[in-house]
Parts: sequence; C-alpha cells; structure tokens
Amino acid sequence: MTDVNESLAKSFGLNSEEWGKVLEIMGRKPSLTELGIFSVMWSEHCSYKSSRVWLKELPTKAPWVIHGPGENAGVIDIGDGLAAIFKMESHNHPSFIEPYQGAATGVGGILRDVFTMGARPIANLNALRFGDPSLPVTKRVVDGVVRGIGGYGNCVGVPTVGGEVNFHPAYNGNPLVNAMTVGIARKDKIFLSAAAGVGNPVVYIGSKTGRDGIHGATMASTEFDAASEDKRPTVQVGDPFTEKLLIEACLELMQTDAIVAIQDMGAAGLTSSSVEMAGKGGVGIELNLDDVPQRETGMTAYEMMLSESQERMLLVLKPERSEMARTIIEKWDLDYAVIGHITDTGRIVVKHQGQVAADIPLAPLSDAAPLYRRPIAETPKPAKLAPISSHAPLDLALMKLIGSPDLCSRRWIFDQYDSTVGGQTVKRPAQADAAIVRLEDSNRALAVTTDVTPRYCVADAEMGGAQAVAEAWRNITATGAKPLAITDNMNFGNPEKPEIMGQFASAIKGMAAACIALDFPVVSGNVSLYNETEGRPILPTPAIGAVGVLEDAAKAVGYGLKPGLSLVVVGETKGELGRSLYLRELLGREDGAPPPVDLAAERRNGDFVRNRILTKEVEACHDISDGGLLVAVAEMALAGNCGVELTGVGAAEYWFGEDQARYILAVTDAADLLAAAAAAGIPAQHIGRSTDEKKLTLPDGLAISLPQLSDAHEGFFPRWFA
Amino acid sequence: MQAAILLFPGINRERDMILAVRQSFGREPAIVWHKETELPAGTDLVILPGGFSFGDYLRCGAMAAQSPIMRAVKSHAERGGYVLGVCNGFQIITEAGLLPGALLRNAGLRFLSMDTMLKVERNDTVFTSKWEKGAEFRAPMAHGDGNYTADDAILDRLEGDGLVAFRYSDANRNGSARSIAGIYSPNLRVLGLMPHPENLIDPLMGGTDGKPLFDSLAAA
Repeated sequence: MTDVNESLAKSFGLNSEEWGKVLEIMGRKPSLTELGIFSVMWSEHCSYKSSRVWLKELPTKAPWVIHGPGENAGVIDIGDGLAAIFKMESHNHPSFIEPYQGAATGVGGILRDVFTMGARPIANLNALRFGDPSLPVTKRVVDGVVRGIGGYGNCVGVPTVGGEVNFHPAYNGNPLVNAMTVGIARKDKIFLSAAAGVGNPVVYIGSKTGRDGIHGATMASTEFDAASEDKRPTVQVGDPFTEKLLIEACLELMQTDAIVAIQDMGAAGLTSSSVEMAGKGGVGIELNLDDVPQRETGMTAYEMMLSESQERMLLVLKPERSEMARTIIEKWDLDYAVIGHITDTGRIVVKHQGQVAADIPLAPLSDAAPLYRRPIAETPKPAKLAPISSHAPLDLALMKLIGSPDLCSRRWIFDQYDSTVGGQTVKRPAQADAAIVRLEDSNRALAVTTDVTPRYCVADAEMGGAQAVAEAWRNITATGAKPLAITDNMNFGNPEKPEIMGQFASAIKGMAAACIALDFPVVSGNVSLYNETEGRPILPTPAIGAVGVLEDAAKAVGYGLKPGLSLVVVGETKGELGRSLYLRELLGREDGAPPPVDLAAERRNGDFVRNRILTKEVEACHDISDGGLLVAVAEMALAGNCGVELTGVGAAEYWFGEDQARYILAVTDAADLLAAAAAAGIPAQHIGRSTDEKKLTLPDGLAISLPQLSDAHEGFFPRWFA
Repeated sequence: MQAAILLFPGINRERDMILAVRQSFGREPAIVWHKETELPAGTDLVILPGGFSFGDYLRCGAMAAQSPIMRAVKSHAERGGYVLGVCNGFQIITEAGLLPGALLRNAGLRFLSMDTMLKVERNDTVFTSKWEKGAEFRAPMAHGDGNYTADDAILDRLEGDGLVAFRYSDANRNGSARSIAGIYSPNLRVLGLMPHPENLIDPLMGGTDGKPLFDSLAAA
C-alpha cells in the first residue's frame, strides 16, 4: 500500500501549500485515489492556475456568441439557425515523446470537444512548430506528427483543410502541435456538460479503460529534461475507428431527447469529466468503478480514475431513455455501461470493490483550486533595427526566401491529409488565405485559418499578440468572409519564471486590444505552459484559430492569379524589415522591432477589401505577411500558374518588408479600385499585371521562369524526406 | 436507376456519394446498414463508398467483405445487378471476390491526397457512356492503399478482355500495376476504382469532372 504523504503529493505535482489545502478540505489524510484526483484537477493543464487571472482580460462577448469559454468548445451563431462550434488545443508534450500517437490523439481529443456539444465536425486544422530542420530529431518529429495527424483525421473522415508550420531552434525538444476542429450544429440543439437530475444514470460509452496515459495531465504541466523519454507510457494510443463510431453514435443519440449532459473524457479522463459535470450542475455524483468497461485486469481505482484512455464519453441520461440509448450505442459496437448516478450531496463518491475509494466535496475542489498571480517581468522593448549595409539582389533574395523552410510549399504535408472528404471543400490548402468549407444543404460557407508569428512575439509579445489576431482576421477577410470569432492556444514556457509570465501577460494585452478593435471575441481556448527543455523556453506562441462566415460560398476568392489582371496593393508600405524573414534568411539577423500593428488601419483596410470582394470586383486576393510583398506576388503567380510583370519600384525594404494591414488584389479595373481606395482614405498602389507568359518579371527587368520559381518553392520538403 | 449505398462502420464518404447520386439521379439513394441481410426491393445499383471500414486494421476491406449484407450484394451481382465500389469500396469488393486483384500499400508508403488525371479506357459501359472514349478527367484521390496488384495472367486477361476501366494518365503515384485505377467485372456491371469522382461534381468544389460517371448511370 502506497503511503500517502507530502512527498508523494510532490511527486504528483502538488506543492506544500497545495498539499496543505488538500488536508484542509478533506479534514484527514486523503486516499491515494483522492490525492490523484486533487493532483490532476489542480494541475496547470486542468486548472489554468497560472493563466486564469490573465485570460479574464480577453473579450469573450458579441451578439453572435452563443457560448464563450467555459464549455467544451466555443459556439457562435452563423445564421440560418446554425452554429459553428470550435476550439484549438495543444498536444505538445506527448508529440515530442511519441510524435505519431501524440499528434493523433491531439486530433482525437479536439474532435471530441466539438462533437460532444452536438456538432458534426466539418474541418480540422493544425498549427505546428518544429525545431531546427538540420537536426535529425526534427525530421523524425515532423514525419511522425504529420503521419499521426493524417492517420487519425483521414480515418475519421473529417477533412484537414489548413494550418501552418514554422521552424525555429527554440522548438528543438519542444515542438508544438496545436489541433483545431470546427463543427456545425443546429443552434437549438447544443449539448452542454452540466449534470442535473438526482438519480439520473451516469453512462460511460466508447472504448474500454486501460492503464494508458495515467497522469498525462501532470506530465503536460512540467518542463522536460533528459529523462522525458521515460515518460513514453504516459502517452495515449489513438483509435480513430472507434472515434468515428463514437461521432456517429453520439450524433444519432443527439437526435433523440435522451441526453441531459455529455462530456468527453479528455485530460484526466474519468476524473475531470465526472468532477466537471457534477460541479457545473451543482449536484453530486457517485461512481461504481466495478461497472467501468476495462481493457486490463486488476486495475485499481486510482488507475481507472486517472487513465487517459482515448475515445470515451460520459453522459447523464434521462432514465426512461436509457434503454433506447443503449440500443443506439450498441448498434455502433461501442461499450455502454451505467457506472453511477447523480446525487444531491455535492460530493464525488467513487466506489470500487465494495470500498469507498474517494469521497471529496466538489465545491472546494474547484473553488479552492489554486490560483496564482505569478510575478511578471516585462521584456524590454527591442532596440531599433540596426542599419543594413548591403542588400541581396531581388531575384536571388526571392528565390532563397520562397524555398526557405518557413515559406516553402507545404504540399508534402497537406498531400498526406484528406482535404476533400465530405465533398464541401471550396478552397483547399494553398488556394486561399483561409480554407473554405461549405455547409451541407446550404449556400453558406465557413472560412477557417490559424495564425501567429512567434518571431514577432519573442521581440514584443504585446505587438505579437495583436499581430496574431490581426493576421487571422486578415486571412479570413482576404477570402471575402466576415471574421466572427477566435479560439486561442497559448503556448509558453515555464510560468514560474517572471519573464515568461511577462510574455504571457503582454501577449494577452495585445490580443485583447486586437479582438476589441476587430470585433473578434475569444470563444474558447487552451493554455500550454512549461514548454521548456533543460531550461530553454520556446518562443512565445499564442496561436490563433479563427472562423468567419460567407453567406454565399460562390463569392469566396482565392489567391491564384489568371492572366490579364491588374495587381494593386491595398495598405501602406513603409518597408518594415525588423524581425522579417528577409532579415533572418538573407542577412542572418533576428533583430529590430516587429512591424507595428495599427488596428484602426487593419479594420479600415480589411473592411474595404472584403466589401470589394463581395461586390464581385476582385478576381484574387492575398494578404501580405511572412516574406512581404514580393513573396506574396510569387505565391499568387504559383497558385494560378500565371505570369506576373511587376512595374512598381522600391528597394528591398519595399519588396520584403512585413508591414501589416496590407493585401494584394487582382482586378480587371485598377483605376476604379484606386479611386475607391482614395475616396476611403486608404493607401493603394498599382504594382503590376498578370500575364500569360510563364514568368515573373521583376521591376529591374530580370525574369524568373515559373518552373524555376516552382522548383525553388516546392523543393524543400521532398528533398528533406527523399 | 434506384441506388442503395452500403454503410459499414468506419465508412466516411457516404455523404459525398449521396450528394452525387441525388444530383444526377434526381432521387434519394437508400442507405443500407451492413448488418442487413437483404437489399431494398428494386435496387438496381449497389454503391460501396470510401472510408476506413473497421478501421482497416486488418487488410483494407477484409472485415467488411464478411459483413452480412455482402451475401446479398454477391447475389445481386450474380443476377447481373450493378455494383460500384470506390476507394475502400473497391477494396471491399476485391476482398469479397467480385473483382480480381488486391489494393496494396501505396508504393511510397504514404497516404496520397491530391487530384489525379484518369483516362477513360472505354465508353460503352453503363458507367462511362457520358464520356468520350479516351477522355481524360480529373478526380481527387485520398488513400493509403491504392496500389492495384494482380499476377500477370490476371492483368493480361483484364487488358485482353477490355476490363480496365480507368488508368492514371498523369502520374502513377501509388505504384499500381499497369497504371490501373479501376476495373470491371467480365459482364461490365461491377466497377471498382480508387479515386473519387463523387468529389468533383460541383463547380464550386473545383469542377464537374466526376459527374459523367453518375450521369451515365442515371441514363442507363
């Protein structure tokens, strides 16, 4: 019998003060199972104890928000009686330890957060950050993560339509895997997790419980060290086939009136689902673990309560509907077991083999959960960009940039993801700034994207936070869709270090300002801290997942060019090279301040561009971001396999600066667009035209053939994995 | 043409197939659960859509080929009924013995999701009458196991008897023998193919290249 004491509590991740609180709440020494429950519920991963005070600063309301943060996922009204339900979540730590399964179960977990609310998932995205591509371990992680995302997403039949990938040595040993799912439900058929109805059965459905993933949430709440490889057994194994059955079974059951409450078993499994359901409903819950479907023999109460076996859901049903529910679940060959009932005690009581294994009052478990306002140290504002002595020729710079790991084609990745299943994918990867997925039996479509620029965030987290939100908004806008709301996935280092907490607080401040200025509330999110290996933190990475709506899917525009159009830049170009990819890739420097974000200009320019698109005067549109104007032009040429002749003039700062709030529009009538921009007080500049010659002609007269450009752009990944 | 779309656990392109059938046939297909033992009365065409039946944890399609409904599908085929198997559906009907050969892991050992070009080998079948002979069309593919394999005798017979339905014409990415993307039964009434014509039936999704398959069936 394990002795339960402070040292065991410490090994479970609780500090002395938290152990003292446990003793105070229990009025006695807790059992092993009870200590396990406290430790996972109070882990950083489940309790948000370091981040909650800051997350409250984010705007979460708008007339179209149905459910903001606090539910399994955010819910927004998208018109026609429909709701979009979405969230992004990290699976960083497991994906380093075991890339395939870590990434796969990340996809599985975020899917469950969405369909548990009644939505059919219609799109998956993923925001990935990897270490230095020259390291063999990076290649292994990239390969495993991509295979894992594809292996799971392809099998469940949800199209993987978008995302982003960055490389930076700061992610060596700490890759980020942020998975996002977007689903659709009827607005009047949203399912929540608050339990109700004393005596109602608590029903377990899905896969059987095994010993996998025990204490996964605790693992995700510590830094990595050389011994992290030993933590492989805490990574769960995904079964996408069972997940697919679970999706169909739940959606079928949701057509009935059987469900009172439903929650997936994610991090901390049976513990967090039962505690959260009963806690939110203000009731009590009693579980009998003898009735839990088990994959292994001899499991203890502790193991069952902390298992993170995948593909499981917990339901509270109306008793008179439980047999009908059993018929539906068993039709899908899934386990169905009544494992307890709702009580009025306000306690969670866990029984196993005739003994009470745990008996904890629910209110203090959540109310007394630790909450830290940790010390913050602000990062000093970056020094101005030091002078640049000499620039690279335009053509060489473009060729280098467009083939660099951060800007090269992601085709090798998305060719491994099924992006068309469902038959509703209007814009696939690399066709538009946001992926466009039409809603079945509707003309409406959603535009979805993920964005953040960590190299800006590390220089100035506040500006970087604002930029991430603004770029997501811009990417939605550039398709013609109206941006509605975001989910945030906050990936940072060790919050116990003041400079890391300072990054976190500053990023939130910048994000909040952008959300307010752009009417773009946060409706769900996830925090991943302790992303450090041997004391070295990742770049601060507040990844933003965004959703917008198009009332008419046919109005969506992509960025592929066709011949005979004029190219017009909307927005002001000052030539901001601080923290740009040009600076890093061509000059080997990562200094200066990131480009400033002018939220009023973002709003004004974006609303102008969207309006032009919706009135059908724009043939193609691309936001200007990483790599600047010339890279954006090259991407438009490649996406349309169409030549471009540039006439605009400027130096490297002009062509590669990463000034914000800019778009390139391809139109038939440039004069009309320029006049409209002038009337709206928006800077706009004619920079060239698209041609039927397969080459990109630079303003200095030098031409790069499209095949040359394409080889440079497409080469990196295939060469790496050849 | 009355279609019945079979639903095995793990199938995930049935909704895409319903859209294609609805658009071309002008009537709703029946949806048939794999544990049924009879097809709906009046079924002319049985469609096995794509996905990962039973997770493809055994050989692709091997478990579904043993499902109760497959006896009825075999009888339907023996009576000269039409059968269309796409992707996992193709794998299932090869496992069930309705078509020869097998679909092995892609040559490059990676899942392949992109558009491919297909050449229509003959246009005098119920599946291809709306194409010109030799026409090329675009279709998305999305599979990990599409490498069509059979021994030379079978391949020679397929070629000799005109039973090759479609060939990859731009690139043979999955390593299929003789670039075969789809084949017919000897009576030309059973068709299996790996790519997904049902995903290109709407200009909004990038084109209507796949629509002639369903229009051909509708006209039969």
